[in-house]
Amino acid sequence: MAQTQNSTLNTQNSILEVRGLKKYFPIYSGLFAQRVEGWVRAVDDISFSIRRGETLGLVGESGCGKTTTGRCILQLDRPTAGEVLFEGQNLARMADAALRPLRRQMQIVFQDPYSSLNPRMTVGQILSEPIRVHRISPDGRRYEDRVAELLSVVGLNPLMAGRYPHELSGGQRQRVGIARALALEPKFIVCDEPISALDVSIQAQILNLLEELQERFGLTYLFIAHDLSVVRHISDRIVVMYLGKVVEIAGRQELYENPLHPYTKALLSAVPIPDPLVEAKRERVVLGGEVPSPLNPPHGCIFHSRCPIAVEECSQRVPEIREVRPNHRAACIRV
Amino acid sequence: MADLLEVRDLRTYLHTSHGVVKAVDGVSYSVAPGQTVALVGESGCGKTMSALSIMRLVPKPQGSIVGGEIIFAGRDLLTLKDEEMRRIRGAEIAMIFQEPMSSLNPVLTIGRQITETLEAHSAVSKGEARERALELLRLVGIPDPVQRLSEYPHQFSGGMRQRVMIAIALSCKPKLILADEPTTALDVTIQAQILELVRDLTQKFGVALMIITHNLGVVARYADRVNVMYAGKIIESAGAREIYENPRHPYTLGLLRSVPRLDQPRKAKLDPIEGQPPDLWNLPQGCSFLPRCRFAVGKCGQEVPPLREAGDSHRSACWVAETLQQQTVLSS
Repeated sequence: MAQTQNSTLNTQNSILEVRGLKKYFPIYSGLFAQRVEGWVRAVDDISFSIRRGETLGLVGESGCGKTTTGRCILQLDRPTAGEVLFEGQNLARMADAALRPLRRQMQIVFQDPYSSLNPRMTVGQILSEPIRVHRISPDGRRYEDRVAELLSVVGLNPLMAGRYPHELSGGQRQRVGIARALALEPKFIVCDEPISALDVSIQAQILNLLEELQERFGLTYLFIAHDLSVVRHISDRIVVMYLGKVVEIAGRQELYENPLHPYTKALLSAVPIPDPLVEAKRERVVLGGEVPSPLNPPHGCIFHSRCPIAVEECSQRVPEIREVRPNHRAACIRV
Repeated sequence: MADLLEVRDLRTYLHTSHGVVKAVDGVSYSVAPGQTVALVGESGCGKTMSALSIMRLVPKPQGSIVGGEIIFAGRDLLTLKDEEMRRIRGAEIAMIFQEPMSSLNPVLTIGRQITETLEAHSAVSKGEARERALELLRLVGIPDPVQRLSEYPHQFSGGMRQRVMIAIALSCKPKLILADEPTTALDVTIQAQILELVRDLTQKFGVALMIITHNLGVVARYADRVNVMYAGKIIESAGAREIYENPRHPYTLGLLRSVPRLDQPRKAKLDPIEGQPPDLWNLPQGCSFLPRCRFAVGKCGQEVPPLREAGDSHRSACWVAETLQQQTVLSS
């Protein structure tokens, strides 16, 4: 597994680097939607790196830009500005044709295994499609072998190749989604909320599977989720996002033991614990208000409108993200 | 104190093209006045059907209540005429749904949706209803209630819509609120807000609450009693503290052990419940949990275990409930 704490952040070790990434979506107005009325700043100038073989957790509430970040990394959405360096190559500036061979190395597992599998294709067709598209194995016979192998790798019976998605349970579908991501032997996989649509009893199965596969194939994950207990379990390091910005980055243990940013603290305290005794003793920081619109984010610190420790200055100055403790960065002037 | 709600041997079946599904298969439980009871289970276990049966809102023609009694405040709801049931629904028993966007009417103002309920159930004038609606919006913490009253659901965020649902549920001062996954569609920080609000208001007005959820973690803080459902049956029922400390059914134990917990050191590996959720069209003989159970014995494949005493006001539907290792989740 990955190196959790490495004091020198050296680029040799990182498989992916995100620098100053921005993604703005235009809002059109007018009858024929021609005039740009404003911009939704879904991702607004974020930077982080992912080390080879690690799992980087990306957490935040809906609308914070975590999914857009994942999509911009894979160039499924083209960034408005900034760099995405995959093994040193800047994907953001690359033409589609040049990107295609690199796509083999970067795959995605989606949240909803119901809508991300084509209902008219059998499991076998779903799994062999990427292999055919990338012309990895030209011999027809070998597709079937590869499909059978992929199915057994994710813990499914190879006979499932003949089934359609609707014949499978949610957990089985997500296993197919994972097998599809593995079909091209990628180095890096974006897991976008891969367990949140699944039943509780199935979630742990899929988390264990993802960890086994990481070890077996030396994979690097960007694990996007909103559930902090799940993120702590699976991640080596964690990035916390709020309203398009990174507010805190730290190693797993460091973040949970010494959360610095008031938003991280609030998120942690909102996670329910399945034990009435623990809950009875727990102080809860219930945040007031709601996440502001990314169309018109607050001035100064984006969190100041909900922050329990905000001062006058917070509404005027945008806090820089800085290293507050060793390998622990936060964007807050009060810490 | 006499129970406010007593469900006895309820059976609600769904008639599908693949055959009959026993969505609720002989379920019994009770809710005391002012008590908070949780009904926990995964999708398809029958928890929502059980709540819809209480409201007599089981979808027709596929669904029908084929047996049992639902005694609410001394009357069997299943024997009431439609007209009598309509007077109870929304007034004495209110419901909060999972998805506030699809359960509010998109073409009516928020104010109208609250006053509609009030006018249907009590003899109030338009002005009085409006005053009461304002008061309710303030109560559930909606800023600028005067202005918000004339706005439409799409102008509200998810959390605010759920607050409106709570206001509507409280509008006629019900004795019981059924909340079906009230926070599942909401963000973590908003979930906490809504659950705290629901708890404060139900305590303030002495309303009994039944929370239906798939997440055992969510209800630990709020429930007095927990009923766990699996494949249409209640398989364990106990006081909240008891069930978390001393689960007596392998499914409950598995649910508690499989989730990562923030208050405990990180485990190297999670301990999941193996196998797939039950196929309701094709349940195994004997105990429905058998194919996924680590503790199964020969008897489990032959006879369905009844829900029986397994401790102080603690019942479990498991043949090995007594010998099930007394391992609390804490010691694992």
